Amino acid sequence: MAQMRELQGKSAAAGLAQGTLFVPRRLTEAARVAGNATEELQALTLAIDASVEDLSSLLTNGNAEAAGIVEFQIAMLEDAELRAPAVEAINGGKPAEAAWKSALDTQVAGYEASEDEYFCARAGDLMDLRDRVLRHLLGTAAETMPAGAILFDDEVTPTQFLEADWRQGGGIALRHGSKTSHVSMLARATGVPMVIGLGDVNVAEHRFAQIDGGSGALILSPDKAQNDRFDRRLKQAVEAREHGAAYLNELAVTADGTTIQVMINIVGPEELEQIDPNHCDGIGLMRSEFLFRDGEALPDENQQYRIYRRILEWAKGRPVTIRTLDAGGDKPISGVTINDERNPFLGLRGLRLSLATPEIFRVQLRALARAAVHGNLKVMWPMVTLASELSEAETIMEEVLAALEREGVACARPAIGMMVEVPAAAMTLDLFGHAEFFSIGSNDLAQYLMAAARDNGAVAELADPTHPALLRLIDQVVKSCREMGKDLSICGDMASDPNHLERLIHLGLRTLSVSPAALGEVKAAIHSLRMGEGGG
Amino acid sequence: MTEKIADAVTITHEVGLHARPSVKLTKLAKAFEASITVAAHPNGPWVDAKSIVKVMAMKAPQGSELFFEAVGGDAEAAICALIQLVEGDFGEGNADGADA
Repeated sequence: MAQMRELQGKSAAAGLAQGTLFVPRRLTEAARVAGNATEELQALTLAIDASVEDLSSLLTNGNAEAAGIVEFQIAMLEDAELRAPAVEAINGGKPAEAAWKSALDTQVAGYEASEDEYFCARAGDLMDLRDRVLRHLLGTAAETMPAGAILFDDEVTPTQFLEADWRQGGGIALRHGSKTSHVSMLARATGVPMVIGLGDVNVAEHRFAQIDGGSGALILSPDKAQNDRFDRRLKQAVEAREHGAAYLNELAVTADGTTIQVMINIVGPEELEQIDPNHCDGIGLMRSEFLFRDGEALPDENQQYRIYRRILEWAKGRPVTIRTLDAGGDKPISGVTINDERNPFLGLRGLRLSLATPEIFRVQLRALARAAVHGNLKVMWPMVTLASELSEAETIMEEVLAALEREGVACARPAIGMMVEVPAAAMTLDLFGHAEFFSIGSNDLAQYLMAAARDNGAVAELADPTHPALLRLIDQVVKSCREMGKDLSICGDMASDPNHLERLIHLGLRTLSVSPAALGEVKAAIHSLRMGEGGG
Repeated sequence: MTEKIADAVTITHEVGLHARPSVKLTKLAKAFEASITVAAHPNGPWVDAKSIVKVMAMKAPQGSELFFEAVGGDAEAAICALIQLVEGDFGEGNADGADA
């Protein structure tokens, strides 16, 4: 039995999962014996037909975004033009797999060479098709993931995700991966625990693994003590979820009658498909940077507008706070953020970056102002340090509104507020009186206050949200907001942790924005709180 | 010899001739018997409008003009339907939240 090993990656989707490790084989590891041209043509046709059949079965899953990808892939496979060069090569004596691979590689190269980023990204679809047919040709297609397994690979495609059966549990652990990828969003939306960024590790000697999606840990070949710990945590998580589920439909009221607003943090509209708007008091934070995927075309005004509008319509009049692009730091976007910053967390990120790239900022503000017609929209600036930044951003918003009105485009002015995550702003909140609301980003505020980078495991313990420095600063922020008569919420991870709830509420916070998965647990914990009992 | 029918239309769909619009365009073309070709320039190159592989390979962005030619019994109806599809943003209005 292999020695237990614990690997630290990053969280892409919270939750606990354990199961057999499943590492998809590389296509080059398999081989087949080629027949004559007639046999090879038939083998290719069968492999393509089988691939179309796989894809067709995915269409019943009902996810609209996935359906668009799948329909396109089917149409490509069914088009005789796609296989024509391969057929020609087979007739010239080439084996089917080499002929197909070369034909599709040519297609992939054609898309990769495109200057239009959208067409460039289609290269991924063509690679997906190439490999799917190859797997059938090489007889490795039967290798579907066993239900309840932990999938380990470099990357995973949306079709792979949709093909797997997640009803019996299981999770995903990736060497690379990105929190904003389609797969990560699907994982969060369907509650499949997922860890990314594990790096170049070899898991060959291991058979069994556990994932802690929230902390980003992967445990290989757990020993008895670890198994017992994990089983206990799983049991607690199930109990907490079941206990919390009973409170989802209730208002969050403490045992002695104080009502707390509980909102949710989301990255995109896909997540909302699984959530009943009646279970929350609105959206406290929509991280709009998910729309700006690294390596893909920047979303244009209409694309953004439609997504914002979809979210506002889902909320049915409840407040929806959308944070403008918070790129930079650990969220680079090529062509937007500065490469090779020595210290990206202290660099050009958040609102600083938006003010430095007004052409991108204006597109987002136009989309937001147009969407504001469809609901209760609040727009929030990230990483504000100086009051002058706030004024500058507001001026651009006013210009955008004036331009839309001149063009006769329907628009409305959303409420405008800011994140409180830079200590300098938190300590001087009275200088930001023209913001209409504030929201504490506890993760960044803690990292800057404690001088402990979020992405560095060696100093992770320093960014302790219960350190008096953070608690005193939050206390000061609450008091400033009360004096100014402004709304305040907290949207960092701290708010989603029932262990910190009592402290936050005693400090005077009355609006929390939590991860959708924590909604029930947080509401249940609020119900058992008494304001009269000891302070935080 | 049947007459050749030709017409042109500008793509106003906000993302251009992307995956989903291409699927719709080729599906519609296939519904006609006429042989139909499409090009992004009046002088070609002309490609089979029933082939998604060829249509996608044109990589036509928003604002580009599409030229259609059809020969065959239902050529006129085919051109008319295809122009309508492109003019109507491939049946994907701004409000439906669909991304191609």
